[in-house]
Amino acid sequence: MNQYTAQQWRRYTIRVGIYVALLLMTAIFLIPVYVVIVTAFKNPAEINLASTWQLPTELYWQSFSEVMAEFGPRFGNSVQLVIGATILSSIMGSMNGYVLSKWEIPGHKFLFPLMLFGMFIPYQAILIPLFEFMRDIDLYGGIPGLILIHVVYGLPITTLIFRNFYVDIPDEMLEAAAIDGAGFWKLYTDIVFPLSIPGFVVVIIWQFTQIWNEFLFAVTMTSNDAQPITVGLAQLAGGEAVKWNLPMAGAIVAALPPLIVYIVLGRYFIRGLLAGSIKG
Amino acid sequence: MKNNRDRSIAFLMLLPSLILLGIFVYFFIGRAIQSSMTDWGENPAQPPLSETVEISYVGLDNYVRLMTSFTESSFRVSLVNTFFFTIFFVAGCIMVGLFLAILLDQRVAGEGIFRTIFLFPMALSFVVTGTIWRWMLQPRGGVNILPTLIGLDPIDFAWVNSQETWFQFLWQDVPRILTFVGIGILLIMAVRYALNQRWRSMGFVAAAAIVGLLVFMAGAWDYIWPALDVPAAEPTIAPKGFNVALLGVIIAAVWQMSGYTMAMFIAGIRGVAEELREAARVDGASELGVYRYIILPQLNPIILSAMIILGHISLKIFDLVFAMAGPDNAKTIVPGILVYTKGFRANAFASASAVAVIMLFFVAIIIIPYLWTQLRSDDD
Repeated sequence: MNQYTAQQWRRYTIRVGIYVALLLMTAIFLIPVYVVIVTAFKNPAEINLASTWQLPTELYWQSFSEVMAEFGPRFGNSVQLVIGATILSSIMGSMNGYVLSKWEIPGHKFLFPLMLFGMFIPYQAILIPLFEFMRDIDLYGGIPGLILIHVVYGLPITTLIFRNFYVDIPDEMLEAAAIDGAGFWKLYTDIVFPLSIPGFVVVIIWQFTQIWNEFLFAVTMTSNDAQPITVGLAQLAGGEAVKWNLPMAGAIVAALPPLIVYIVLGRYFIRGLLAGSIKG
Repeated sequence: MKNNRDRSIAFLMLLPSLILLGIFVYFFIGRAIQSSMTDWGENPAQPPLSETVEISYVGLDNYVRLMTSFTESSFRVSLVNTFFFTIFFVAGCIMVGLFLAILLDQRVAGEGIFRTIFLFPMALSFVVTGTIWRWMLQPRGGVNILPTLIGLDPIDFAWVNSQETWFQFLWQDVPRILTFVGIGILLIMAVRYALNQRWRSMGFVAAAAIVGLLVFMAGAWDYIWPALDVPAAEPTIAPKGFNVALLGVIIAAVWQMSGYTMAMFIAGIRGVAEELREAARVDGASELGVYRYIILPQLNPIILSAMIILGHISLKIFDLVFAMAGPDNAKTIVPGILVYTKGFRANAFASASAVAVIMLFFVAIIIIPYLWTQLRSDDD
């Protein structure tokens, strides 16, 4: 009897310990969120180093309108960029995945790893030739050029996700339809595509967040009026005499679209995330 | 389904992607290697962006200059920074990620909410993370004044502005350090083989250690590790070691990425059959014992994958350092930033390309074997 309660006690303290640890980690993970929000809503006159942790005395929305005035066109640039690049790279990735998983292309065993290598390279390694190339084909500096860049460097991951998705569709299904006379396109439109809607959700979410958040191509491959939002944020926060309400409001604005997607469709986001480690 | 006409269509549909990646990955890499062996942007008589610029071949001069020249000491600092950043960042993400995964494996209430919270930084841009943490790590505010909220003294630490360098060593000593570490590892392996009575393996490893020592004593490093221009100046202008200014960047990076390792580990832990755990418990293993002896060994391949993925991310790190410390902070310089400042500010295209090729080299060493093993086991 005594021993039983002692064991119960032990289990009870372990449970409490687990929840304390979880809440502590939650607090650590959310501290930056607290700081961003209180700073973004403070009157700039209220912001100084000593008052970092205090709540604003009143909600000051003006930082957001100031940020949007500065960000406005860049937000639009990012939207155009993300829509164009995400749609194109998912369509091409789906086609590649279909071909690589269901059609035995000669040499596919070494073509696929060669394609995948493109998602691991440091993009600095191709940055200068890319700059020359974009200048030569007259696409340097604008949004169409940046879309092209993101489509191409998005191909490895979109191909990988779709290929792994299509491998699970049984070959017998396709073969049965093929006997009935279905060809390359009909097999895709009637069988493969309808089954790949979840695959498209994963890929679209992944590409959307990656391209929205990207900075290296954004800062090196665009001229002033085509810059995406990450470049705008870096400029807002760079420099020495910063009024911190603006970068914090800017960080919120820049983070919101991918965050909303993450919160609403988190499950699919995690699948994209784990796909990046090839097999998960 | 496998008739020739449809197969040709399939190949034609793959072709655009193959051509694009062929150009944008492999042709460009070739171009970068080629540019890195020229004087493009290094010759003052030839404006690098002019249509008529004349570029000549200079062999490995740019690489030699990066390794030896007084004026390129920031490149050497960037290599050392990447080394320390990688170690602390990877170790930090794996430890925090494992801790979170084990906590969430305890059938806790609200598990989904906790997971969402620990993973949300992964949805943010490194620029957003960098901006927020730059504000939090202001020397006279933010985290440093947290202790004052409970009446303690503020922390006196300059974070990204810190000028301190820990674990200092001389650049000239790197070959010696690498050799001794390498031989030390081989000797430890030899002892372990001896304890397991695997004499053949022990013989190989011990022989390798002796050959390594002999090659080192014969002065082999002098050929591949050229001497510095001004060795005496190196430790004063750019001491090598762990630049403490990186600490804040590492914390921000771990904050952002440890949810990723957590997600990988959760997937791995869930893959361990419940019967296996139950069997261990029946055999009298404690809860901790179950993790130590049943689950952790099964996670080894995932830990290795995580090390490789995170390691290659840290070799490429750019945006986070840019947003937190700016591109001109001498103490937090990394190769990714150097390519940007050299290539896109100073138009020193050839030496920027050389730095970029060195980055690619390090990434390739860890990624190519990884891709190879991943895809090979995929075929079974």
